[in-house]
Amino acid sequence: MLLEVKNLSKHFAGLAALHNVSLQIREGEVLAIVGPNGAGKSVLFNLINGMLRPTSGKIHFLGEDIAGLKPHLIARRGIARTFQTTALFDQLRVVDNLAIGYRLRNTHGFWSTIFHSRDWKEDRARTTANVMETLDFIGLAEKAFHPVSSLSQAEQKRLSIGVALISQPKIILLDEPTGGLILEDTDEITDLIKKIYKVAGITICLIEHKMRMVMDLAHRIIVLNFGSMIAEGSPEEISKNPEVIEAYLGAEYLA
Amino acid sequence: MALFLQQVFNGIMLGSTYAIVALGLTLVFGILHIPNFAHGHLYMLGAYIGFFLMTLYGFGFWTALIASMIILALVGMLVERIVYRPLQNRPVINSFISAVGALMILETGVIVLWGPQGRRIPNPYPGIVDLLGITMTWQRLLVILVAIVLIILLQIFIKKTTVGTTIEAVAQNREGAMLVGINVNWVFSLTFAISTATAAAAACLVAPIFMISPTMGALLGMKAFVIVILGGLGSIPGAILGGYILGLLEAIGGGYLSAAYKDVYAFGALILILSIRPTGLFGREVS
Amino acid sequence: MPAIRFLLKKWFYVLLLVLAMALPFLITNRYYFQIVIMGCLFSITTLSLNLILGYTGQASLAHAGFFGIGAYGVALMTKSGISFWLALPLSALFAALIGFLIGLPTLRTRGSYFAIATLCFGVIVSIVAGSWIEFTGGYTGLVGVPHPTPLPLPIIGVIGFETQTAQYYLVLAFLLLTLLVMHRLVYSLLGLSFMAIRNNEALAEAVGVNTFAGKILSFVVANFFAGLAGGIYASLVGSISPSTASIDLTFSWLVYLLLGGAATLAGPIIGAFVIPVIMEYLQFLQEYRLIIFGALLIAVIIYFPRGLMGGFSTLQQRVREFYGQRRGVKHAVRS
Repeated sequence: MLLEVKNLSKHFAGLAALHNVSLQIREGEVLAIVGPNGAGKSVLFNLINGMLRPTSGKIHFLGEDIAGLKPHLIARRGIARTFQTTALFDQLRVVDNLAIGYRLRNTHGFWSTIFHSRDWKEDRARTTANVMETLDFIGLAEKAFHPVSSLSQAEQKRLSIGVALISQPKIILLDEPTGGLILEDTDEITDLIKKIYKVAGITICLIEHKMRMVMDLAHRIIVLNFGSMIAEGSPEEISKNPEVIEAYLGAEYLA
Repeated sequence: MALFLQQVFNGIMLGSTYAIVALGLTLVFGILHIPNFAHGHLYMLGAYIGFFLMTLYGFGFWTALIASMIILALVGMLVERIVYRPLQNRPVINSFISAVGALMILETGVIVLWGPQGRRIPNPYPGIVDLLGITMTWQRLLVILVAIVLIILLQIFIKKTTVGTTIEAVAQNREGAMLVGINVNWVFSLTFAISTATAAAAACLVAPIFMISPTMGALLGMKAFVIVILGGLGSIPGAILGGYILGLLEAIGGGYLSAAYKDVYAFGALILILSIRPTGLFGREVS
Repeated sequence: MPAIRFLLKKWFYVLLLVLAMALPFLITNRYYFQIVIMGCLFSITTLSLNLILGYTGQASLAHAGFFGIGAYGVALMTKSGISFWLALPLSALFAALIGFLIGLPTLRTRGSYFAIATLCFGVIVSIVAGSWIEFTGGYTGLVGVPHPTPLPLPIIGVIGFETQTAQYYLVLAFLLLTLLVMHRLVYSLLGLSFMAIRNNEALAEAVGVNTFAGKILSFVVANFFAGLAGGIYASLVGSISPSTASIDLTFSWLVYLLLGGAATLAGPIIGAFVIPVIMEYLQFLQEYRLIIFGALLIAVIIYFPRGLMGGFSTLQQRVREFYGQRRGVKHAVRS
C-alpha cells in the first residue's frame, strides 16, 4: 500500500468540502476518483499534495505521515500531480518546463552553479538526458524549444503529464487530464496513461468525468459525493451500485 | 499623569487620521485587491488642493474641504482607470510598478506646482479647551469628531445600502457579479472615488495642525498599508482599530521613548507580526 | 582550440569588452567620464534588482536601502582606518545578512506584503541614517571617505585609486564580476527555478521547487551586490548622506530596469547607461525628471512590459528555436 488516507476532513468556514474520507492507493494500480462537481475530488488532491492543510485526519505515504507538509517536500517524496486548469510555466519553453520538473532530483546549489562545479555539470547532463527521454515518451520532441503558449490544449495536457513524470514519482495524481478535449485527444491521453502504468510502472490516481475512459482504464473506482465517499470497488461493482447510479451515473447505465 | 493624558489625546487624534486613511485603503486593497501605493500621495494632494482653494480663491475651510473631496474623488477615478485597470488581469507585481509610477508623478507634480517647502494653512478654529489638564485645540477635537462621523457613515454605506453590498459582491466574485448584471468597472471607479475622497477629507482636517509638504503622504501611505495588513485586508473594523492603536503607539512612544524613531514603530510592528503570523493579524489563509 | 572558437562565436561581446577597456583613452572630459563610472555602478545595482524582480518576480523596493547599508558600512570602516578591500566585502555581506533577516518573515507571505515591507524598510534605512547622529552623522551625512586603499599587485606594482581611470577600471572589474555571477545564475537550473517562481509560484512549489528558499537566495544575492555597489560608491564619491539610501534611487533603477528590459542581462546595463545620458542632454527637464520617469514606468509596464531588450530577446528566441532544432537537442537545457 503506497498511500493511505484516514478519516480525512477539510472544512472551509463551516462548509465541509471533505468529510471523513478514508481510502488507500495500492502500488501499481490505477485508481479512479469520480463524483459530481463539487464532490471534493480536487480538494482531496490538494490535501494529499500539501496545498491545503487538513482540518483533521491522517495522510500516510509509505508509512510516513505527510499531512501538512509543504508541497515541495511532498513532491520530493514521490507524489506528483497535474491540475484541472492546465498549469504550466507559460513564460517558458517546453524543455524548460520539463527541466524544472526534474529540479527536485538535482543536488547542486548556489555555489555549484557559480563555479560550474563537477556536480553542476553532472546534474545538467542528467537533466538533459531525462528531458529528452520524457519528450519522446510524451511525444513532444518536435516542439522541444517552442514556448508553451504555442502548444495546443492537448499538447499542453501532455506536457503537464510529462512534467509530473520526469520527477520520477511513485504516484501521479491526474486531475481531469482530458478536461475540455475532443474524443481523439482524449484517446491519446488515455493511451499515454496506459503507457505510464504499464511501461513506467507508476501508480496512478485519476479524477475523471468521462465514464467510458474510467471504466476502460481503472482497476478500482472510488465515488465521492458532497465530500463523502459513497462507494468503492471494481468498475463492474460501481456500475451496478444503486446509490452511485442515482447520484451520478444516470439512468442509462442501468442497462 | 497630565502628560500621559495629553499623549493619549494626541494619539486619538492621530489615530483618527490613520483610521480614515486606512479605511479608504482597505476598501481598495482588501476589496479590489489593488495595492494602491499612491494612496498616501493622493491624501497629500487632497491637502494641497484644500490649501490652494483656501489661499488662492479664498474658499472657506469647509467649502475647500468638500471641494477637495470632490476633486480627489475624480482624481482617484482617473488613477484607477489609467494606472490600475489596464493591469487587472496581470500578475500583481505589475500593479506595484505602475503604482510607483503614479506616486512619482504625484509627488513631483506637487513639487513643480507648489514648491518643495512646507506650507501653512490658516487654522479655522483656533480656540483651546482645557479639560482634565489636557490642552485640546478645537481643530484637533474637530478631527476626532469628523473622523468618527465619516467612519460611521462609511460603515452604514457599505453594510446597509445596495451600493455597498454591490461593492462587497464584486469583491467576493467578480465574474459572478458581472453575470448578474453589475457593472464592475463602475464599482471599481466608485470604490476608488470613496477611498480618495475620504483621504482628502482627513488631509484637509489635519492640514491646519501640521504643515503640509509634498512628502507628507509617503510615510502616511506606508503606515496605512501596515495598518491594513495588520488589521486584515478588507476588514473595516480592523483598519479602524489598527489606525487608533498605531496613533496611540506613536504618540505615547514618541512622547516617552524617542521622537526621531516614532515612524519606525509601525514598521517594526509589521515585521514582528509577519514573523509570527504570515497572513497578518486577522488575515485568512490563502490556498 | 576551444577558447579561440568561443571568442570568435561571441565576437560582439569581445568587441564590447575591448571598447570598455579602451574607454579611458577615448574619453577626455572628466564630467562625462564620471557619468560613465556612475553608469557602471548603477548597472550593478540594476542588474541585481533584475535578479529579484525581473527573474524571480518579487517586488523588492528596498534596493537603495541595501545600497545605503553598503555605503555607510564602507564609509565608517575606512574612515576608522580599515582597508577598503576588507571593508567592502564585509559591508556587502552585512547588507546580504540584513536582507536575509528581512526576507525571512516577509518572503513567507503574499507578494503584496513583501513589496510593502521592502518599501517601508527602504524608507526606514533613510530615517535611521538621518537620526542616528552619533553613528551616521545625521542628515548631513559623512564626508572625507577615503578612496580605495592602494592595492599592491604582482608585476604591475602598487596601483592607487586617486585617478578617474583607476576608479573606472575598478568599477568595470566589479561590473564584469556581477555580470559573470548573474550569467551563471540565470543560465542554469537554479535560474530556471527562479523564473518558475515568477511565472507560477504555486505550481513551482507543487513540482518540488523550494520556493521560499529560492526567493530568499535571490533576495540575498541581489542585496549583496546592492551593498557592494554602495560600498564602492562611498569610496569613490567620498561623501554620503541619507539620500544615498533614498527611495528615489530605487525608483530610478526600476525605470532603468523596465525600460532597458527586465529578465535580460543586457537590459539593465543598457537602461543604466542610456537613460541617465538622455537625461543629461535634457537638463532643462531635470525638474520634471521624476514625472517623466513615473509616466514612462506606467506606460512601459502596461504596453511594453519587456522593455527594449524584451523585444530583442523575443527575436533571439525565435532564432534560437530555429537553430536549436537543426543542431539537435544537445542544448536542451538552457545554456
